[in-house]
Amino acid sequence: MKRVVITGAGTVNALAQDVAGTLKAFAEGRCGISALDIPDIDRLSIKIGGQVHGWDPEAHFNRQQIVLFDKFTQFTLVAARQAIAQSGLNFDGRLGNEAGVVLGTAGGGVNTWDENYRAVYEERKNRVHPFVVPKLMNNAAASHVSMEFNLRGPSFSVATACASSNHAMGQAFHMIRSGMTRAMVTGGSESMLCFGGIKAWEGLRVMSKEACRPFSLTRNGMVQGEGAAVFVFEEYEHARKRKAEILAEVVGFAMTSDAADIVMPSRQGAARAIAGALRDARLDPADVGYINAHGTGTAANDKTECAAVADVFGPQADHVMISSTKSMHGHLIGGTGAVELLACIMALRDGIIAPTIGYEEPDPECALDVVPNEAREARVEAAISNAFAFGGLNAVLALRRV
Amino acid sequence: MTVEDTVRKIIAEQAGLDLADVTLDNSLESLGVDSLGLVETIFAIEEAFDISVPFNANAPQASGFDHSSVRAIAAAVQGLIDQQAA
Repeated sequence: MKRVVITGAGTVNALAQDVAGTLKAFAEGRCGISALDIPDIDRLSIKIGGQVHGWDPEAHFNRQQIVLFDKFTQFTLVAARQAIAQSGLNFDGRLGNEAGVVLGTAGGGVNTWDENYRAVYEERKNRVHPFVVPKLMNNAAASHVSMEFNLRGPSFSVATACASSNHAMGQAFHMIRSGMTRAMVTGGSESMLCFGGIKAWEGLRVMSKEACRPFSLTRNGMVQGEGAAVFVFEEYEHARKRKAEILAEVVGFAMTSDAADIVMPSRQGAARAIAGALRDARLDPADVGYINAHGTGTAANDKTECAAVADVFGPQADHVMISSTKSMHGHLIGGTGAVELLACIMALRDGIIAPTIGYEEPDPECALDVVPNEAREARVEAAISNAFAFGGLNAVLALRRV
Repeated sequence: MTVEDTVRKIIAEQAGLDLADVTLDNSLESLGVDSLGLVETIFAIEEAFDISVPFNANAPQASGFDHSSVRAIAAAVQGLIDQQAA
């Protein structure tokens, strides 16, 4: 089996439009959740989100591209450019024949659906732009990354709701580990902060009107975010020979299905995924210093996740740090695991643990060290990143310091 | 139809029961309506009465919408209708 390392990272999210800015915000415990700036906000009861304010497509794309790129594709391409530039890889030669791009997104081009439904239903237009379909399709972002960087190997998109990015990155990890390819571009993105996207979530009545406060007794729901994070996964010897900077090693991955309920999470399903990732990575609970929680700030998730961690870690659960950066960037749905992997990289490489901000009061049912409100310095050898999706689909990645 | 009758009808549909089996003293749990069923019930109530029910599934008790029994729900709905008319 080949070893797999991360040699590039890029992101656009509510905290910053690059990795350096995002990690700085994590370290400062800064909140990127703010008043939403979208049409018809007065008809929504949820008026906050982790929105990417000041997004300027013209700074990154020409007119023809903007016509063809939904916002989830735009975020992905900008993040991919940063990641591939950092890796220093070029895919024009033989490497490009085997390297591909696997990306997670739950909704794909939701803004494009929203704008065009509005045009035909509300504005009574009888014609839409010819590129609506290629703009909204879930694989649009993956395809445009493949085209821009000449990635000619296996490429596809993964849609498993809130676990999409972790499932996508798990696929990329498996492909390199098995020797199928020496490099993959992977991660995920989401952009559903539009009237229809938020209205749909409102219906579930799990959204907070004030803030995302994971694990705090005072929490009252999740807050949606948007953005992307993209990574270059590379076979270790390939990276070492070309003296690439290695951000972290991906050492394990596991997926499970609850087979139980379409929205309520299962403690057993989550615990089996966490335990599976540790087993795959040959890690003991005592090796793990940091867990990036799924931590949505809903009653259902936070209690279930803490119970699952306690089940797997046993007495070690009292010594592991677990935080939810959703408190800062919101829940990026299909893109969330990708942005959250940045917090794992920061913990392993920089020795800084991102906090759970907005934390007000301990919850006896979430009695773990949730790194409340302020970042912490600690040397961490291994970290895991949890994602538990609606539909009961769980995906957990394990990383190690290099 | 009175508010109580309409609420009973909505809950009976949600629970998959005959209207006669839903009494004002029943709790939703006793009728087999779970937390998701409650969210659907509230949606149906909002549509039927054209009101907005304050309810957050994360903190059902803190939402200020008493749903401890069919009678309590009907009373809370009546309160919201009155509030909206005022």
